[in-house]
Amino acid sequence: MGMTMTQKILAHHAGLPEVRAGQLIQARLDLVLGNDITTPVAINEFEAAGFDKVFDKSKIALVMDHFAPNKDIKAATQCKQCRTFARKFDIDHYYDVGAMGIEHALLPEKGLVAPGEAVIGADSHTCTYGALGAFSTGVGSTDMGAAMAAGETWFKVPSAIRVHLTGALRPYVSGKDVILTLIGMIGVDGARYQSLEFTGPGVASLSIYDRLTICNMAIEAGGKNGIFPVDDVTRAYVEGRVDRPWTAYEADPDAEYERTVEIDLSSVDCTVAYPHLPENAHSAREGKDIAIDQIVIGSCTNGQLADMAAAAEILKGRHLAPNVRGIVIPATEHVYRECMHLGYTDIFLDAGCIVSTPTCGPCLGGYMGILAEGERCVSTTNRNFVGRMGHVKSEVYLASPAVAAASGIAGHICHPGEI
Amino acid sequence: MNAHGIAHKYGDHVDTDVIIPARYLNTQSHRELASHCMEDIDKDFIHNVKDGDIMVAGLNFGCGSSREHAPIAIKAAGVSCVIAKNFARIFYRNAINIGLAILECPAASEGIGAGDEVSVDFDTGVITNVTKNETYQAEPFPPFIKDMIAKGGLMASLKAREA
Repeated sequence: MGMTMTQKILAHHAGLPEVRAGQLIQARLDLVLGNDITTPVAINEFEAAGFDKVFDKSKIALVMDHFAPNKDIKAATQCKQCRTFARKFDIDHYYDVGAMGIEHALLPEKGLVAPGEAVIGADSHTCTYGALGAFSTGVGSTDMGAAMAAGETWFKVPSAIRVHLTGALRPYVSGKDVILTLIGMIGVDGARYQSLEFTGPGVASLSIYDRLTICNMAIEAGGKNGIFPVDDVTRAYVEGRVDRPWTAYEADPDAEYERTVEIDLSSVDCTVAYPHLPENAHSAREGKDIAIDQIVIGSCTNGQLADMAAAAEILKGRHLAPNVRGIVIPATEHVYRECMHLGYTDIFLDAGCIVSTPTCGPCLGGYMGILAEGERCVSTTNRNFVGRMGHVKSEVYLASPAVAAASGIAGHICHPGEI
Repeated sequence: MNAHGIAHKYGDHVDTDVIIPARYLNTQSHRELASHCMEDIDKDFIHNVKDGDIMVAGLNFGCGSSREHAPIAIKAAGVSCVIAKNFARIFYRNAINIGLAILECPAASEGIGAGDEVSVDFDTGVITNVTKNETYQAEPFPPFIKDMIAKGGLMASLKAREA
């Protein structure tokens, strides 16, 4: 019996000819990631265990993004602790205010993840890099601290669900709609402990940004990782960013999958996940009665330039409804600058939005757009749990940038084709 | 090793955002984290919980964010063990890494009600509902995990290997 793409990458990193689902392995890591919330806890563990060196200062990335620029004194203290650690060990990839971006948009952009690599991050959305054909998964701070010392970690080899894609997306429909549709089909624990391996003729039609968004939310189906095959789209993105050798792995033809889910991309429509679980998928056409107070366009899920372009296309020459606040957050400094050069920033400001420096801020109810009791937000972020973006009686509706923009203009949940 | 306490009962898909809301992630103080544990879905939990108490939940406990602050908050609140039908994978790793006992047991999850007196024998995996006079057999830890716990958690086992 053959191996899945994920299993092949794990076998290589474990130095084994083959691995099987359920097997416990020790795997070498190509990158260990942490942010300003999870790294302090990892540093405490690292220091308490008495470690005095990191395994490789060029294979650790620390990104100050969640509560940075510092939202309060406690957040400032946590960033300072990370900064001090980064200086002490001369960490190559330390990203602070002025150079930072939201971690899962920043690392691919900087070429820190390549196809075939194995990455762990103390952030659940580390699964994003599967879009590049890498194995990447989220862990906790103790795992991160141990990995910074050892350069390896243990994994239980996952079984996989094959998501077979056919057809091509229709206008206004994006990777976000695909993943919300998939989570709606299989549920928030539908891929618990498993890989989501995307295959089929539909893959070629998906942009790298669609793939990043899809893999980003694999965790919202409980997945250990999501992963796309390496093709011309991947190569075009990686070229000029990654200057080290990398390997494109392919699943064996006889790889074993627990099940196959079929998605015809041409049948996917703009989708909104209602509170309070990402599996509560509805068509964006059903939301006319759901009045909203705020839209957020950004995050590790949808803060790339393609996302900004999709929002700008809808917002151009239009204005938010009178009672709607609009918060646009390009995910990296590069995306921020491109938004200015391409005129998107003017479009957003003219529409009545604010444009923020990169931060995770509102997605997790940190700052920069907290909701009051009873308020509703259409957000391009990834979670709509109780209290996620503010008050326990506030509501988050997850959607694509196009749907968020259209909803902001309409003042209620709205399909971009109906503006 | 055993646990004994009163059950605090929750449903399916208890996410780490409700276990410890992100607005409190600007601190690493275990005590401060514990003081906000579960507050968005159960304001009274932190006032009612006693040392040794047991948390019981349904499917996919600990889903969502990878924040280790979640098992830390539960443990620091005094909870000696979490019993659920199953756990989200990052939470499972984190709980083991920080030494919070967790057991997968659908029968216990169904059988135990809020306020029931429960005792757990970790060596045998037997969960006893003292109030209802019922017992349930939990899934024991795999040997790999048992070994890590015996060595004192992930960091300790890593140091042991280095030495």
